[in-house]
Formats: sequence, C-alpha cells, structure tokens
Amino acid sequence: MQEQFHSSRLAGRVKRFAYKAIMRERDMKIRKMLLASAAIACAAMPISAFADTSTKKIALSNNYAGNSWRQAMLTSWEKVTGEAVKAGVVASADAFTTAENQATEQAAQIQNMILQGYDAIVLNAASPTALNGAVKEACDAGITVVSFDGIVTEPCAWRIAVDFKEMGRSQIEYLSNKLPDGGNLLEIRGLAGVFVDDEISAGIHEGVKQFPQFKIAGSVHGDWAQDVAQKAVAGILPSLPEIAGVVTQGGDGYGAAQAIAATDRKMPIIVMGNREDELKWWKEQKDAKGYETMSVSIAPGVSTLAFWVAQQILDGKEVKKDLVVPFLRIDQDNLETNLANTQSGGVANVEYTQEDAVKVIESAK
Amino acid sequence: MTFRLSSDAVRLAIPALSLTLLLSAVFWLQPRAMSYIGLNLLFNLAVPIALATIAQMLVMAVNDLDLSMGAFVSFVACVTATFLRDAPAIGILILAGAVAAYAALGVVIHLRNLPSIVVTLGMSFVWGGVAVLLLPAPGGQAPDWVRWLMTVKPPLAPMAIVASIIIAVIAHFIVKRSSLGVLIRGVGGNQRSVERAGWSIVAARATAYALAGLFAVLAGIALVGLTTSADANIALRYTLLSIAGVILGGGEFIGGRVSPIGAVIGALTLTLAGSFLSFLRISPDWQIGAQGAILIIVLALRLMLNRLEKREKRR
Repeated sequence: MQEQFHSSRLAGRVKRFAYKAIMRERDMKIRKMLLASAAIACAAMPISAFADTSTKKIALSNNYAGNSWRQAMLTSWEKVTGEAVKAGVVASADAFTTAENQATEQAAQIQNMILQGYDAIVLNAASPTALNGAVKEACDAGITVVSFDGIVTEPCAWRIAVDFKEMGRSQIEYLSNKLPDGGNLLEIRGLAGVFVDDEISAGIHEGVKQFPQFKIAGSVHGDWAQDVAQKAVAGILPSLPEIAGVVTQGGDGYGAAQAIAATDRKMPIIVMGNREDELKWWKEQKDAKGYETMSVSIAPGVSTLAFWVAQQILDGKEVKKDLVVPFLRIDQDNLETNLANTQSGGVANVEYTQEDAVKVIESAK
Repeated sequence: MTFRLSSDAVRLAIPALSLTLLLSAVFWLQPRAMSYIGLNLLFNLAVPIALATIAQMLVMAVNDLDLSMGAFVSFVACVTATFLRDAPAIGILILAGAVAAYAALGVVIHLRNLPSIVVTLGMSFVWGGVAVLLLPAPGGQAPDWVRWLMTVKPPLAPMAIVASIIIAVIAHFIVKRSSLGVLIRGVGGNQRSVERAGWSIVAARATAYALAGLFAVLAGIALVGLTTSADANIALRYTLLSIAGVILGGGEFIGGRVSPIGAVIGALTLTLAGSFLSFLRISPDWQIGAQGAILIIVLALRLMLNRLEKREKRR
C-alpha cells in the first residue's frame, strides 16, 4: 500500500515535470510566433505606429472577473499586451478589475486612472449609462476611452459593440446555402428577459424573413446551458414536424444534439456556439459520417481588439466612434485547429493583432 | 493636565487623523492628486456617499438601522434621471412622497415596535422594484441644473471639498445645535426619560426618518449629477458604505452617539481607501480584504482611545 502510494506520487511528479517542459516549449513557440507576426505587421505597415505610442500608457478597467469567459478575456489581455509592452509598442498596459461589480465603484476606478495619468482607458463597463460622468471626465482630461462588450453610451467614448442581430441572421444565411429548399427550424433561445437573447432572436427572425423558405416550427429557452437546452428540446420534439435545422445562441447546441440523438429522427444541422463540448461533438460526427455545420460566438479575446483600437487612436488614426466586433466563426475546414486551441470546458478564443484592428477600423469607414 | 479635549473632539480625532494619513499616502503615491482637479477627482464620488452616510446616521441616532439605503438612493437616482428632468413638478412630488414614506416607516416601526432591520430590508425590495419599473433598462438623463451643480468649479477649493464642508456644517447644526437634534439623539440615548419629559417619541422618530429620507434623496440627486444618467442598481453598495462611514466617523450603533462631521469624514475616508488601494496596485482579489483591514485598524484605534477616555474619567 505504502509502496504503491509512493510510486504513484513519483509518477505524478514525473508527469508534472514532463508537462512543465512541454508547456515551456509551447510558450516559447507562441512567443516566437507572436514576435514573427509582430515583425510581419511592421513590414506590412511602412508608416509604423510603433514609435508614436511607445510612451503611452493604456489601462483596462474591467467590472467583473467571475466566470470563464472573463477569465479568458483577462488572460488574453495579459498575453497580448505583455508582448506589446515588450516590443515597445506602448509603455504599459495594466489591467484593473473592480471587486464588487458595481457602477459607482468602477466610476471611482476610472477617476483614479485619470489621476494616474493613463493616455487611454479600455473599458468593459458595469452599466451602459452609470459610468458616463466618469467617462466624460476622462475625455475632458484628454484620455481616449474605448469601451467593448459592456459598452457605454457617452458620445465621447468609442464603442466596440457586438452585432448580436447579425449573429442570429448569419445562421439562417448559412442554412440557406446548405439547405436551398428550406424547411422547418427549431429555435433555441437564451435566458428570457436578457437583452442579448432578444437581439439574437430578432436577428434570427429577420433572417427567416429574408429567406422565406425557412419556417420556425418551435422555439424553446435553453438558458445558454447544455442541460437546460437538452431538457427543453426533448420536451418540444414530439410535437414538431421534421426539423431541418436548429438555430442556437451558444452553449446549447450540444444539449440539443443529445436530445435529438435520443430519438429516431434524422440529425438536423445544428448551429454551434464555439463551446468546447459542442466542437468536440461536431468533430466526432464529422469523422463518423461527414456531418456539416458551423459555429459562431464572440471570442473573449475581444479585449485585445479593444487594446489595439485604443493604440491606433493614440497613434492619431481617424477612427469611427462605433465599431463592430467580428464574430469568431468556425467552419468545417478550420474545426480541428480551433478545437485544438480550445481549453477543456472553455470557449474557442482568438487574440487579435494590430492588423485585425486596422481592418476593423477600415471596414467601419 | 490642564488642557482637556472634550470627548466629542477625541472621537473626531481618530477619523480626522486616519483621513489625513490616507490623504498624505495618496499624495505620496500619486503627486498628480495634489491639485484642484486631482482633489475633485478623488472626492467627487464621495459627495453622494457623504449624504447617504448622514441619512444613515440620522436613523442610527434613534437606535435603528436602515438596510434599504442603497436601494432607496438608486430609486431616487432613477426618479431624478426621468421625472425630475421631463416633468419637474411630478418629480418633486414623487420625491416628497418618498420622504413622507420614510417618515411613515419611522411611525410604523415605533408604533408596532418592529425591528427596523426587518422593515427596511423589506423596503429595499420595494424601492428596488419601483426603480426597475421606472427604468427597466439603464438610461435617463440628469437635469441640467443638477449636472451644473455637481460640475461647478468654485474658486479656491474644488466642488467635492466645498460640498463636503457644507454637508458637514448643515448636518452638524441640525443634529448637534438644534433642539430637534437633541431630541432625536435623546430618543437614541434614553427614550424613556425623553418620553417622561413630555416629548412625543413618535414625532421625534418620524422626523428623524423624514430627515434621513431627505438626505438620501439629496444623495440620489447628487449621484445622478455625477454619472449623468441612472441605473436601477446604481447605488446598491451605499447601504454598507453608509453604515461603515458612520461607524468610522465615531458613531455608535446604539445610544444616540453620532457625529455628523465624523460621518462626512468617514465617507471621505472610505472613498479614499479605495483609491489608495488602487494606486498601490493591489490585486482586486485582495482589495475587499484590504478595505476591511483599513476599517478594522481604524476601529481598533478608536476602541483603544475609548478605553483611555474611560480611564481618564475614573481618575
């Protein structure tokens, strides 16, 4: 017994050591890749932005860090801005998170950032309106404020918003390519009463109007959770005709697939939402019988896009106040790479580069 | 000893000392704060907190505790950003009604002998619900005069400092210098003897609550003046902040021992503590803990002083 215990501990230690070595190697690779991409970015833009913002300080004001999406967002920020600081693009890029997720607390945090002399504040706001006073104060002090995800309505700030409507509409557009004859759709909605749910659903219905060969035969609330979605879909299935496609909001595709697999129905095209379990299921189906679908959601790395946009504004670029985040869309051909990059139980992520930001800025003009 | 401080002055000494200490630490960490604009940025969000703290102090003066402060200030903020701008008459009427509701609460709590904690906790859901009904999605806009008032740039000292001093002086006169204030503190100190002297306790409690409601209304209006628009959850942390501010400023939960000047200083100290920790670059995971540590240190200092005070008296 004792010996067994020792040997298992030893094995654990060996494993840990090997794991560390692998991680170190991976880190090196990533670093090399990032340096290379930075070099490409340099070469691509002859009027380099590097010299002009090298003395600038950028701060991230974040209201909440309590879920995996926010954690991934902060990790992406740390990684990308860390490299940018090392490369001398900006002088510093510090992240601050408020402890209580309260608007008045974040307003105080922003005012402190003004005092600390930051040149730009990248903001994920606790409230779209309650920070406006502090944001105005920052603008008046000559500070660039870029809000993303949780955006603010103050006109002097930049907004990198998520076009949830388009996210819903694009699903129907994809289905219209795959199923030119149309058919019945099952809609899985999110948490009732939340703004995001209304927006995505409105986009889906807009898409159905645009492609009238589709008809929404039923809709259930999956609350963006696989188990809730599975129960809800299993409940509505017996009352539905044949389903050609399932449109979703993310976090519910796997549950829907499980519910449908339990019946003798043909598997419809289920649009996924970039969660790891969804991608894994899709990969299994793809390998087994060539199942085809797509997956769409917002990458937590959008914080890094906001960082680069702030850097571009500091560099003197003309940038429109309202920008739109590109979705992270996964298709049949890039499924494997995205799945490999997604942590177990996490969300597919992408970190943006300066080039991506320039593209987003250009496309808004 | 020929030179003797009054016990009130001793009570004020600790909060004043901690504020000075924190302020010098902040100035040392961030010299930029040592300016007109810097001081305003440091303290302008403390103005609504100071008003809410005074409101909480008035309730605590009659041995009660108001757990609906944050929700009530949020509600007032929503009224200010909607009705007070678009239909000032109705807005003023609603706010007057809210103050009357506070007075009624005082009466109910006294007549039915209910624990104030339970009643105000229940009311916090009422205020929160009404706030959501008024402003289902964050929005609204501050009335221009409120915005002007909160961004005005007086000569010599920034708005935040001037406002804090005015609040402290007015509250000091109401609570410490007027006969009404004596009566309110008397209810907290020894209700029975005040009653025997022929005063109406119900009226005193109702007045204390109404005054608290009035100061809380001012807190909500001031907050919207700073943020420019409202949100139904905008001030939820004010409940605990206001209680902490009163205690930090030398007040007690029971016995009618309160200090308006101390309460304002307590509110300023709490606000400054947040900035101080942020300038120190303490990770957010530790910030709540660090804020608590500052509170405990100040309270420990006060306890020590209280003990000294008692020893002095025994001699």
